[in-house]
Amino acid sequence: MKDEQSKYVSRTVPIQSATFTNPINAEIRRAADTGIYDIRGGGAKRRVPHFDDLLFLGASISRYALEGYREKCDTRVTLGTRFAKKPIELDIPVTIAGMSFGALSGPAKEALGRGASAAGTSTTTGDGGMTEEERGHSNKLVYQVLPSRYGMNPDDLRRCDAIEVVVGQGAKPGGGGMLLGQKISDRVASMRNLPQGIDQRSACRHPDWTGPDDLEIKILELREITGWEKPIYVKVGGTRPYYDTTLAIKAGADVVVLDGMQGGTAATQDVFIEHVGLPTLACIRPAVQALQDQGLHREVQLVVSGGIRTGADVAKALALGADAVAIGTAAMVAIGDNDPKWEAEYQKLGTTAGAYDDWHEGQDPAGITTQDPELMARFDPLEGGRRLRNYLKVLTLEAQTIARACGHNHLHNLEPEDLCALTMEAAAMARVPLAGTEWYPGKPGL
Amino acid sequence: MQTIDLETSGLRDLNATLHAQAQETNQTNWEIINPKGSHAVAVGLDAPIEVNVKGSTGYYTGGMNKQATVHVHGSAGPGVAENMMSGSVIIEGDASQYAGATGNGGLLVIKGNASSRCGISMKGIDIVVHGNVGHMSAFMAQSGNMVVCGDAGDALGDSIYEARLFVRGSVKSLGADCIEKEMRPEHIEILRDLLEKGGCDAKPEEFKRYGSARRLYNFDVDNAGDY
Repeated sequence: MKDEQSKYVSRTVPIQSATFTNPINAEIRRAADTGIYDIRGGGAKRRVPHFDDLLFLGASISRYALEGYREKCDTRVTLGTRFAKKPIELDIPVTIAGMSFGALSGPAKEALGRGASAAGTSTTTGDGGMTEEERGHSNKLVYQVLPSRYGMNPDDLRRCDAIEVVVGQGAKPGGGGMLLGQKISDRVASMRNLPQGIDQRSACRHPDWTGPDDLEIKILELREITGWEKPIYVKVGGTRPYYDTTLAIKAGADVVVLDGMQGGTAATQDVFIEHVGLPTLACIRPAVQALQDQGLHREVQLVVSGGIRTGADVAKALALGADAVAIGTAAMVAIGDNDPKWEAEYQKLGTTAGAYDDWHEGQDPAGITTQDPELMARFDPLEGGRRLRNYLKVLTLEAQTIARACGHNHLHNLEPEDLCALTMEAAAMARVPLAGTEWYPGKPGL
Repeated sequence: MQTIDLETSGLRDLNATLHAQAQETNQTNWEIINPKGSHAVAVGLDAPIEVNVKGSTGYYTGGMNKQATVHVHGSAGPGVAENMMSGSVIIEGDASQYAGATGNGGLLVIKGNASSRCGISMKGIDIVVHGNVGHMSAFMAQSGNMVVCGDAGDALGDSIYEARLFVRGSVKSLGADCIEKEMRPEHIEILRDLLEKGGCDAKPEEFKRYGSARRLYNFDVDNAGDY
């Protein structure tokens, strides 16, 4: 007994470093093994101030609520009312963000078209050109003009319903993408005019213009080619939203698409995804301010994207001044990405359902982010379309429910005064009062 | 011959009129006067017509052209024949930056010099430049042919894919993954044909060919210093 006591030495409890966490250490070891940074898809995973940090102030006495299941709450939105002869009319203010054919399979693009059309909204092409799957099933299709110009041609410019000039993307503002060779099927290679099997780099900047003045002239060219019929969107990654929105307006945009850092991507550097750009929440008010300063709020529409998941997110983005939102990652989840039914296969790939983000490798068990014929065959575009339609309906119903509770008969009547913030950071970024106060950091007059 | 005066008709009327020409139009010859540096002249054409522009133009002349022949009797601003699909664009004078950018097909002839980034991201277009081209020409060029009868600036063919570059004069420097390649008989034939189409009297044997070393086609960390 005495011997045992003399052997006992008090020790400090093992404590995991808050700086060198297990995931960080694993990444250090991975980098040391491979000598290359991690490339992945999926968008930012770190926690940043988000719509969850805001709450709605429903009606009591000072506000008059609308009856949830009786009174109408309109959801329609028109995009492109500034210059276009044929603006886009959508039944709901939730659209599908650009996702490329190549990154996504043809059946996945078809499902997006089916679901969006059934819900009365639009889809957007992506970095790889227009496919018949998507054009054939999307009642309203936005055609992206990207720096890579893969698959770009005037026939498709004329076949689309709106044109989106992509300047930046929320997950990687200032950066290009990389589609690895294993996803380059004959069809993808042919659409992009590159040999099969080579890595395809998407440029980070447009090859034929160098700044906002050139953008203005580029937009003129696109309008002349398409007879001034189609709305011209300009998409920017959320970094300097006030100035980028101002310049997009000056260049002649009908619609500004603002993509925050929680936006998805098919493939880029993890360090880029997690460390470049602004949270979506922080982007909206400066962009709206720019529109208001130009006297063009609501005349130039604002579409916000990046981490939109629920009807509450939709309603909050609209309340802060957006005209519509776009969803990408959420749409992929809705049609079946990362579904637990493929858990065993995700585990074979060294991951788990919900965390799979190696979309660029072409091994997606759900058959969505792949060009492998066997994997693609697992995905049913009819079922995917049905699921997306349902999800879009739920987002809309949820947003309507909130709007009615705040006393509004149109989603666009939601306003910042309907909101409060749970944290100082969210109050500052969204410029809405901290809950229970009338104060937010930087509020004028205080 | 139909004549459109840009000073009185305006750009929208001009392009709308040219777009309205159907495949079987018998109005195949058009003359545009007073362009005075206008942007987006004769863009998005899709008919086998000939358009003569009497004077110099601004940005994107002949952009996304299909089938038509657009002949500029002057100089052209940035992005001439941008993303051309087929047909031809001929510039009697000089061309500014990014001439023929992202072109998928057709022939662009520049009888003077071209500025920087000529043929950037070209995807199948043929470009014949009688004079010199500036720096970063044929950057990320994917396919097609570029013929330079004069000299090329810095970083020619940087990050090039399968495009062929033929240069008669000096090359100030080559970009990443671009190397001089053997000029085989099939290349002489391709070049002879392009010189003839481009109205050049240069001899194919006077040119050197440049293309991709294909070392950077698949990302390899050991090549990181080359990117």
